[in-house]
This record gives sequence, C-alpha cells and structure tokens, in this order.
Amino acid sequence: MVKSTLYLICSGILILSLSMLLLFSHFSQATGDTENLAGKRQLVSYLGLTDLSLCSEARYTRHPSQADLFSAFQDFPGSFEHFPTGSMISPSPAGFFSRVRVSSQSGSE
Amino acid sequence: MRRQLKILEYTLSSLLRRKYKSFSLIAVYAFTIAVLGSVLFLTQSLKSEATGSLVSAPEIVVQRVSAGRHDLVPIGYAEVISKFPGVKSVTPRVWGYYYDSLVKANLTLIGIGEYQEQLELLDGRLPIKPDECAIGMGIVNVFGPGKGDALVLENSASTSKTFKITGVFRAASNLLTNDLVVLPEAALRQFFAMDSTLATDLVVEVYNQREIKTLAKKIKYHLSDTRPITRDEILHTYETLFNWRSGMMLAVAVAALIAFCILAWDKATGITAEEKREIGVLKALGWETADVLTIKFWEGLVISLTSFLLGVIAAWIHVFVFSAPALTPLLKGWSVLFPAFQLSPVVDFYQLFVLAFLTIGPYLACTLIPAWKTATTDPEQVMRD
Repeated sequence: MVKSTLYLICSGILILSLSMLLLFSHFSQATGDTENLAGKRQLVSYLGLTDLSLCSEARYTRHPSQADLFSAFQDFPGSFEHFPTGSMISPSPAGFFSRVRVSSQSGSE
Repeated sequence: MRRQLKILEYTLSSLLRRKYKSFSLIAVYAFTIAVLGSVLFLTQSLKSEATGSLVSAPEIVVQRVSAGRHDLVPIGYAEVISKFPGVKSVTPRVWGYYYDSLVKANLTLIGIGEYQEQLELLDGRLPIKPDECAIGMGIVNVFGPGKGDALVLENSASTSKTFKITGVFRAASNLLTNDLVVLPEAALRQFFAMDSTLATDLVVEVYNQREIKTLAKKIKYHLSDTRPITRDEILHTYETLFNWRSGMMLAVAVAALIAFCILAWDKATGITAEEKREIGVLKALGWETADVLTIKFWEGLVISLTSFLLGVIAAWIHVFVFSAPALTPLLKGWSVLFPAFQLSPVVDFYQLFVLAFLTIGPYLACTLIPAWKTATTDPEQVMRD
C-alpha cells in the first residue's frame, strides 16, 4: 500500500496548495486591494477615463468603449484587419441606434 | 475502502509500468489545462481590474458622429444638454492621440480643467501652467524622461512644443495611465489647433443615477447626430471583452481545447495491445467487468486529477506571479507602450468548475468506454487478438 499512500499524500498536498491559492485569491478579491483601488477610482473620476490603457496600437483597442464602428476597419468597411490586437478586442456598438430598413413597393416597412 | 486502496495500488503499479507514457500524458494534459487556466485567470483578472476602477467613469459621454465616424462636438451642445431636467453638469473635454513615428508609439493626450486635485497615484503634481505636463510610466520607460525633465511634442503645424514634466503616474496605475500625457486643457486645445467652439466629447453628470439611461435617450432624441455612451455600457464593454466568447478565449482557449480533444479522441479510439492483454489476463484470473472498470476509472482519475491540479497551479503562478508572460504578447500586438502590470489574483470559481467538468469528465469517459468494450469481450478472444 506504499504507492497508494504516497499518491494520496501527494494529491492531498496539491489539493491543499490549490485551495490555499484560491482562498488567497478570494480574500484578495474581497479586500479589493483597497489602497490602490481608491487611488485608481480617484484617477478615473478626476481625469474622466473610460478605458484601460492596455493595447495602444489602434483607437479601437485603446478605447474600445469609445471607438466608432468604422475604426475597426480604419479606412473603409471590409478592408483587412490591420492590428493583431484587433482580433482580441472588438469595437463596442454602444450608443448606436441606426438601423437598415427595407421598404417594399407597396409602401409598408 | 481497503478494497479501493488496493485497486488504487494496482492502478498506480500499472501506470508505473508504462511510466514514460503516463508521465508524458500527464505533462501534455497539465500543459493544456495550464493554457486554458491562464486565459481564464488573465481575462477574469483584467475584467475585475476594469470593472473595479471604471465604476467611477463618466456617467454619460456624448460624442458626435459624422459620416459614421467620431467627430468633434460643438460646445453649443453642452448648453442644450445642461437644460435637460436632471442634468447636474456638462463638461466639454479635449483629448486625442499623438503618434511618435520614431518609436512607433501612440500616446493619449488628455486636457484637464483649472480645478486641481492631489491624486494619490501621481508622483508630483498635475500641470498648472500651459508648458507643464504629467505623464504615465510607459512614457518614462520608453522615452526615458523623469520628473523635472522636458517632453517635446510636435503639434499639427510641425512646431516643437516643450512641456515640463511636473508629475509621473505611479506604476500601480499603469493599467489606466501607461500612455497618458496630461496637459492643461487650454494648452492641449492650442496644441491640437482645436477651435474654441469644439470639444472632443462632452461628459454629462446627472443627479439621479437611475435617470442615466433616460437622459441618454433624451440626448439622442434631441441631438440626433450624437452618440451617448453610458457608464453601464462602458462597464458592459469590459464585461464582454474578456468573456468566454472574447477574442482572447477564441484565439488561445479553442486551440488548447482542440489539442485536448485530439488527446481524448486518441485515448477513446485506441486501447493498446498491452492494455488489452492486461484486461484479458485479469478477466481470465476471475476479475469481474466491474473490477476492470474500477481500475480504469482510477487510472483516468489519477491522470486527469493530477494533471488538473498541476495545470491550475501552474496557470495561477504563470498569471499572478509572473504576470502571464506567455499571453501578454497576444494583447500587446504592435503596441510599443504596453503596461507592465501586476494583476490582483481573481478567480471565478464557476469558470474553474466548468474547466474541471470539461476536462476531467470527458477524459474519464474516454478511458472507461474502450476499457468497457474490451472487458465485455471473451478473455480468450482478447488475448488471441
């Protein structure tokens, strides 16, 4: 029964390690890194920031919540995607309400 | 219990007889889970970072859309909006981008009003005079200036403008301020040669949070060429940006899942001659089909559980200790100013459970089904084959 005992001990250590990491994450999330979070919120509020400064190569990846839909194509709809991060971050359609409507010859929409 | 321990003992001996195969299987399996886990942890952590900080983003940002593209908004719109009941204030903002062709870096230039506040995450102070600026850590790292140095930028008339650096944003705020250059609004307006009757966008503050959506609709109704973006929409953008269907997930996780499927398919379709012989011998010795299946269940569990635990721990260390060096190039793309960030550990237990369910479950099934097929065959026939 040596191997099974050894295996159970090793698995127990792994489960314990993972549980500790997850508990650490949970408590770190609960306390919310309060010191920096307050500072970050102050920054966002004062400067009126709307996006993370994550990918700065294109407008729509630097400010995904603010970019217009055409900026994904840069110059014209249907042109090839220029930037690698464009495949990670798509433009947000928030705030656009226009629609394409089709009107039949009888006049009803 | 004792019986199960003995079966586990036999299973481990059986796995150790094929130790190279078993260990390489655990390594590949754990690697696949580590890749999937890293994507999960990174996206969850970025999402939490964004939604945590951006809860104090502007309540409504009003842009003007012309010919389907973002355009400068007339300041006169601010007067119209400020007359709507429930609007506390409307502030025209000036901000834009600056491209440095030598380093190929994009900077974000933001103008601030006369009201000054001491920011916790700013080392130094905000600019007051027209020839002063505050910069993000990314600019310090790429271009090398420090507090007290001068930043020289070329305006649209190709004239060099010198700005004295009065403050540098601390590294803790890198995910928000990495590429920022903060200037007094009047100086930035002059730098961009922007007409005094225009602004980049308008920030609307409201008295009652519950009226934000209604006011956004009202703005759109009265000023039809505008695009109001509410705070909820900004937060929603980041919620959806890093979810299961995001590009990040599709690019990395799908590849890893396909690799896992190939691994599981290989296991499901083929049981080796050695394993068949082993099952045949056990059956000939009087083992029941249920006993053989129990062994195979333990075998699958030992491999998948060990791989899962190793993979998730490796993913946690990769993302939260080493800041995900294998995944950040995907986000970096061609960005020159990419923030060096240390993410706070955030784990979504539901997603972790789904990952466990999607990886351990199918693997166990793939181990049991071919073994069951062999175990139900006549042992003599199995050994002859």
